[in-house]
Amino acid sequence: MTTQTRLDSEAAAPEPAAARKAARRRRKITPVKALIWAALILSTLIFIYPFIWLISASFKPRGEVFDNKLIPETFTFDNYLNVWQEAPMALWLWNTVLVTVLAAVTVTVSSAMVAWGFAYFRFRGRNLLFGVVLATMMLPGAVTMIPQFLIWNSLGMVDTLTPLWAQNLFGSAFYIFLLRQFFLGLPRDLFDAAKIDGANNWTIFMRIAMPLCKPALIITLLFEFQAIWTDLMRPLIYLRDSDNFTVPRGLKALLDQYGFGGEWHWEIVVTASVITTVPMIILFFLGQRHFVQGIATTGSKG
Amino acid sequence: MSRTQVNAPGTLGDDRAARARRIGRRRETRAALLFISPWIIGFFVFTAWPIIYSAYLSLTDYDVINDPNYVGFENYEELFRDPDVGLALWNTFFFTVIQVPIYVIVSLALALLLDKAGRASGFFRTAFFLPKMTPPVAVGILLLLLFNGQSGLINEALGWFGIDGPAWTTDPDWVKPGLILMSLWSVGASVIILLAALRNVPQELYDSARVDGANWWQQTRKITVPMISGALFFIFIVNTIAGFQTFTEAYTAYFGSGNTTYSNDAALFYVIYLFRQAFEFLNMGYASALAWLLFVIIMIFTAIQIKVSRRFVYYEGEQR
Repeated sequence: MTTQTRLDSEAAAPEPAAARKAARRRRKITPVKALIWAALILSTLIFIYPFIWLISASFKPRGEVFDNKLIPETFTFDNYLNVWQEAPMALWLWNTVLVTVLAAVTVTVSSAMVAWGFAYFRFRGRNLLFGVVLATMMLPGAVTMIPQFLIWNSLGMVDTLTPLWAQNLFGSAFYIFLLRQFFLGLPRDLFDAAKIDGANNWTIFMRIAMPLCKPALIITLLFEFQAIWTDLMRPLIYLRDSDNFTVPRGLKALLDQYGFGGEWHWEIVVTASVITTVPMIILFFLGQRHFVQGIATTGSKG
Repeated sequence: MSRTQVNAPGTLGDDRAARARRIGRRRETRAALLFISPWIIGFFVFTAWPIIYSAYLSLTDYDVINDPNYVGFENYEELFRDPDVGLALWNTFFFTVIQVPIYVIVSLALALLLDKAGRASGFFRTAFFLPKMTPPVAVGILLLLLFNGQSGLINEALGWFGIDGPAWTTDPDWVKPGLILMSLWSVGASVIILLAALRNVPQELYDSARVDGANWWQQTRKITVPMISGALFFIFIVNTIAGFQTFTEAYTAYFGSGNTTYSNDAALFYVIYLFRQAFEFLNMGYASALAWLLFVIIMIFTAIQIKVSRRFVYYEGEQR
């Protein structure tokens, strides 16, 4: 509906006569067009309705969670008050924010450094080494998962948040690849000129290359932020004490406690699901353009 | 220091120029290695060593508490005797073989639709993409709720058409179909990749096809699909690899301490089994052997797909 009005208002804006005529022709409703729009609206409904269902359920009392009504019969805010008492939700959110920010920032900086090393400098064995970077992307996580756990275990870091982000200090193959492509697109003359002016390698990287690479850096930040926020497997492996949980790990614990196998307090589970998901929705709307662009380039570069 | 490099050629003797260049190159190598060093350290500590150690562990019995006990190829022999490995492999193949083609077709259909949405495509693109932002744990929970056999929304909607929906989450025959349908909810990223590829197809191709009287279906089959075959293949291969490693949604819905009442054999995917062996039963040696089997399977499938793709996939310019 809102798009329809947007279409109309845009079409009403003054335009050259030819364009207006073309627009009128386009706006003529043909059966095919009606079908396309019906399909678009139907699929939108399918994609969006689970969110609406979830949010609606989070405002229903325990007995009505499963009634599939769009508008809660008995509207209650209690779930949102109770969930903080049933679980250390605030603590989980804080843990998640901490891990996510640390992970995203460190992986962006370290990957950019490595990518720059591969993009700017010429040295023997460069292509071979970069081939190794790409090859590590093919390695299933399952192979390295157990020894990595043993490393953190021997450092006494299991049941701390460190293993969830610290490996990002060493860059990540996918982002190194992505950022290198971006650096290669920058004109080399710029850096040679700076070099003649006496700038050292670090200055060239920090002051010239990084600022020019901002869109790709934002994409890296956003992708990693989402990946870490939504991850369940690492928290399952590394976290034991519920005070150390991230929200997805906490949500799984709540499901186990209050779901079908537990006490059937689904209103708690549903509400916690909303709280876990909303930050990601906000993140998407904040960085929509970058997300879309980043995903589109992922496809074309791969 | 860079000045020597710039002034050197021509002004100095050949001998000294060569030396200066050599020094310059050595400096450049040193600087490059400095920038790359984080990755090199990380590679040795968190990739290379784990690969070697995992290969070693797969030849041992190891429960973290006691030292690894060398057992030769016993773990690998056990893989072939363990009925749960067969079950997990069957579940995983079933899921991947059915899910991936459907996923690709649905992504393509939605991308084609979006391409026709004109100025409203931004709105619909957002709607299609939002599920992809949802944490997989929440997706697993939504699966349990929406596909619930008695009161779930899906079965209620099926009821409007007079269809008596199955017990998606408890009937072993319907657990995997439910997971596959739920996974389609997250096609958003693939749709965006395909839409970007669609927008790159030269308009002239369609113009000349239309002159020749080709209808929409012919244009799609003969122009669109071949022209975006690179992106289609990318989605195909990435989703196959991801399919073999399915974990979070199925684990959330059917495993963990709260789900003891389920018969969850139908949702025992390979990585779930591996995870349980390693971190719930602490059979680290056996789990390492499981990991290597997975590695071999993924490599074989990827190699086959790349080989097959050579015949179908068209890359513009063919530079790569």
